[in-house]
Amino acid sequence: MTDGLFSADAMFVMAVLGMTAITYTLRAGGYWVMGRLPITDRVRRGLEALPGAIIVSTILPIVLKGGLAVGLCLIVAAAAQIKLRKEYIAVFCAAGAAAALRAAGM
Amino acid sequence: MATTQVHISPAGCLRGAALCFPAFPGIIALGMVFGTVAAQKGLTFLETLMINSLVFAGASQFVAMEIYKDPLTWGGLIAMVGVTGAVNMRMLLIGASLRPWLGQVPARNTYPSLFFLTDLNWLIALSEYDKGTRDWGIYLGSGLFTWSVWSVSVIPGYFAGSLISDPKVFGLDVVLPAFFAALLVPLWKGKRQTVSWLVAGAVACITWALVGGYWSIFTGAIAGALAGAYLDD
Repeated sequence: MTDGLFSADAMFVMAVLGMTAITYTLRAGGYWVMGRLPITDRVRRGLEALPGAIIVSTILPIVLKGGLAVGLCLIVAAAAQIKLRKEYIAVFCAAGAAAALRAAGM
Repeated sequence: MATTQVHISPAGCLRGAALCFPAFPGIIALGMVFGTVAAQKGLTFLETLMINSLVFAGASQFVAMEIYKDPLTWGGLIAMVGVTGAVNMRMLLIGASLRPWLGQVPARNTYPSLFFLTDLNWLIALSEYDKGTRDWGIYLGSGLFTWSVWSVSVIPGYFAGSLISDPKVFGLDVVLPAFFAALLVPLWKGKRQTVSWLVAGAVACITWALVGGYWSIFTGAIAGALAGAYLDD
């Protein structure tokens, strides 16, 4: 049993190494390319707009998938953040709202 | 604040680690669920640790496990690597947006540290940069700490399976998106953001409806960045 726990299949190890390599290439690749592009005013503005655009594009499909309950929880999180500017309170409120909505069968 | 050089300090690393705390219930729950999925799929403990700590990208690990079948064929291997690339395509953009922040740090320090790049420490680093922080320990500390917690959280999930069989009951599945939503708030400055976010959101939703999967992050983010770049005040 101990033997089995600490063994690894050669094909699986290769798959993991491939996944690791491609993920690292993506992690470092965008950063690398940006070091070689001339940072014009447009590029700078685009880079500044990127973070918000990434977050919005990440969250909205999660809401579409998760339905009304998830959407409401994120509104709770954003509202708490606007009022209090404390991330952990915002997250706590959202998780609490989610647990309550689900307990209520939503 | 523009005159402050980018530097690194142990205190910055610790602060970066501390800033991750709100997201940890979500990360730990996700790591545990991954451990459970890996055990159900018949991975050995060593294989589970390897995929979890080396790939270190939650969503892509789950999608790859959907494809995995024992014994693994070459076709299966290529498919696992391919979907990992597709799901993690957004890392290109995340890394690109860190260039102004980390560009002044020597390459021998940044390139190893980019292994620890995730949405979480990227977002923490970026919102701190926005506030004037120039200690890149924020990025490194939060990355290393998240990696450590992620690497350990898979273990109870692997052995004790159903500890958290349904994270939804405790609302743990909304922790990460809620953290993102909270960190989005201070990034709003005015009309430029409103337009860029609306464009990003619309393109992301349309992409999601048409193709599904994770492409929407990529298309939405690029559309939003272009809108930001070409919107003249």
